[in-house]
Amino acid sequence: MKPDSSALEVRGLTKRFDRLAVDSLDLTIHAGEFYALVGPNGAGKTTTLRMVAGLLRPDDGGVSIFGIDALANPVAAKQVMAWVSDEPMIYDKLTPLEYLEFVAGLWGIAPSVSKPVAEELVSSLGLAPHRHERCEGFSKGMRQKVALAGALVHDPRLIILDEPLTGLDAVSARHVKGLLGMRVRAGCTVIMTTHILEVAERMADRIGVIAAGRLVAEGTLTELRQQNGHADTSLEDLFIALVTLQDAA
Amino acid sequence: MSSATALSWFARHELRLAWREWFAMMTGGRRRRARAAVIGLLFFAALLHVPAWAVIGRFANLQLPLDKSSLIVISATIFLAWTLMLSQAIESVTRVFYARADLDLIMSSPATLANLFSVRIAAIALTVTVMALLFSTPFIDVLLIGGGARWLAAFGVVIAMGLSAAAIAIAVTILLFRLIGPARTRFVAQILAAIIGAGFVIALQVAAIISYGTLSRFTILTSGTLAAHAPDIDSIWWWPARATMGDVEALLLLLALGLLLLGCVMAMFSGRFADTAIDAAAYGTSSRKRAKERPFRGGSRQQALRRKEFVLLCRDPWLISQTLMQLLYLVPPALLLWRSFGDSSAALTLITPVIVMAAGQLAGGLAWLTISGEDAPDLVATAPLTPSSVIRAKIEVVLIAIAVIFSPLVAALVFASPFQAAITAAIIIVSAASATAIQLWFRVQARRSQFRRRQTSSRLATFAEAFSSIGWAATAALLLTLPTAGIVSGLITAGLVAMTWKFSPKRA
Repeated sequence: MKPDSSALEVRGLTKRFDRLAVDSLDLTIHAGEFYALVGPNGAGKTTTLRMVAGLLRPDDGGVSIFGIDALANPVAAKQVMAWVSDEPMIYDKLTPLEYLEFVAGLWGIAPSVSKPVAEELVSSLGLAPHRHERCEGFSKGMRQKVALAGALVHDPRLIILDEPLTGLDAVSARHVKGLLGMRVRAGCTVIMTTHILEVAERMADRIGVIAAGRLVAEGTLTELRQQNGHADTSLEDLFIALVTLQDAA
Repeated sequence: MSSATALSWFARHELRLAWREWFAMMTGGRRRRARAAVIGLLFFAALLHVPAWAVIGRFANLQLPLDKSSLIVISATIFLAWTLMLSQAIESVTRVFYARADLDLIMSSPATLANLFSVRIAAIALTVTVMALLFSTPFIDVLLIGGGARWLAAFGVVIAMGLSAAAIAIAVTILLFRLIGPARTRFVAQILAAIIGAGFVIALQVAAIISYGTLSRFTILTSGTLAAHAPDIDSIWWWPARATMGDVEALLLLLALGLLLLGCVMAMFSGRFADTAIDAAAYGTSSRKRAKERPFRGGSRQQALRRKEFVLLCRDPWLISQTLMQLLYLVPPALLLWRSFGDSSAALTLITPVIVMAAGQLAGGLAWLTISGEDAPDLVATAPLTPSSVIRAKIEVVLIAIAVIFSPLVAALVFASPFQAAITAAIIIVSAASATAIQLWFRVQARRSQFRRRQTSSRLATFAEAFSSIGWAATAALLLTLPTAGIVSGLITAGLVAMTWKFSPKRA
């Protein structure tokens, strides 16, 4: 982790639909860090990440990705990041390899580079037997793996994942966690929302707890425990305590 | 719960589903539009009486016994309506097999499946019949007003046709399942449904062109040759025509036949309906279409996007069936072109509006699939491309596809009439561009599989697209015959497209 270089800086990020979804959010994520964003349903996690990924225009505030102003220069910002949503959106009529070829083409990666990477990803995610089959008959877990491979095929510096483990079986989930861990060790930054607090507890360098569109706590697990005065409590207990406190406020 | 109670409960459930599907189709899924939909429907029904009067008003005073030519024309019209019902019924049956999300629930319940599926078969028959009654009412109204109460029997004929069309559709679809399997059945049924309705009219046109050198199907229906080869006046082949005109005996026989056919299909196939539904449900997880190993291709980001769109278009069963249908519609004008080769026949002029109309319609469908029907919107939106370059690449795909499909026809036309070919080519481009622009202005985020419901998202876009295609087809025809009128027609159509843009949703 290099605390001096930030992969993502969010300042005063605000989004209102029929109610305030994200409320002047400030967030800094360092390069090479695995950051988990947790919070109750409707807390604003997905909205925040969709604004960072350029899928939603904020009402106010700024987003900087590796020093690039993502609102002023979205194409340059998108070049270095990847987005994976909880609902895998892939093309039913393409095979996994065709899908990866398309994604690599969109990011302008030369075929000589993307083909071996795609083959490796397909193998490491256990999709090799299905590499030439169209995705239309794939289970949700397989589709999620294809979407994840698409996010990794262009070697992004920042990966944003919204509930990536939803629908995956235990073996696939371990595959995905292993793959993400390897990417982080190689210097990639990962931001992930999750409802599985155990994953956040075990994998994340830092954890951000978001409620009602605001960051209510942030830090390593130890720091979160210290902030709340519970030395040996689990993240689940901490999370419930923080969210209940926020609800009461 | 007794068996009869369970069946009536399930019948109510089926009818409620059918009603809600139809209501959603009419209102675009927005309940607030209900009043507007009812007013629009009533207005449309009232308006339909005008063309109905123009087409069949003069036949209201026909009396039995009829001569053979009249019987042929009435029977052919009834047969055409029946093929359209059959087409709709095949589509309904396929939808029940592949799209209903309740099959797991039904099949895991302790109810007798054969009974439940008998109700579902009856519901399909009822839906098809009600739709046919809705569309035929203005025509029968015209006959009733002009010719008296005896034409009420026509409603009975429509009901008999609906029952028989549903029965045949179920039998055909289940047989297709058994013969070619669930994967191919979906594709073949889509194509069948698309071409069955058009096939009969096109066959008549082809026969008219070959025999008489005209596109008018009535020429062949009223010809002496056909009358000479037709069955005797008292033959059972004329029962539908006689029943329509108030022959009660023929009507009762037709209704009995329709009910008998549906009853037989229920008895024979309601048990297999469950097996077929299980196969269809399993198809989703067992289909394994494979692609060949090949190297990744390079090129720009826009090229990658265009390539993806072309691959998806080529693998789209709806598009293939629609393209085949457009090509089928082009068979008669192409045949006329071949017959009139080197001849300055005025009939040749008819080819241009047909081609222009087909190009506009096809471009509209293609534009929806490429622009609105994006299955991975987040992926494309997070790719390092500007939104305008994404849209540009998708529009290019539509225009290239239209060019590929229609260039051979225009090229053939060059040899017959270079001027007509030039006008045709120019208006094809304008018509395709207009349809694409309308789809672009009214774009919504949707999955490609939602194509069937594309018309419900914006009625304005649907009507504008249809009027634009008709307007440009008329413009092309008039430019070739009355150039000044053609220019006026072109200006009106361009104005209509501009108005559509004015009413389109504003985007940031």
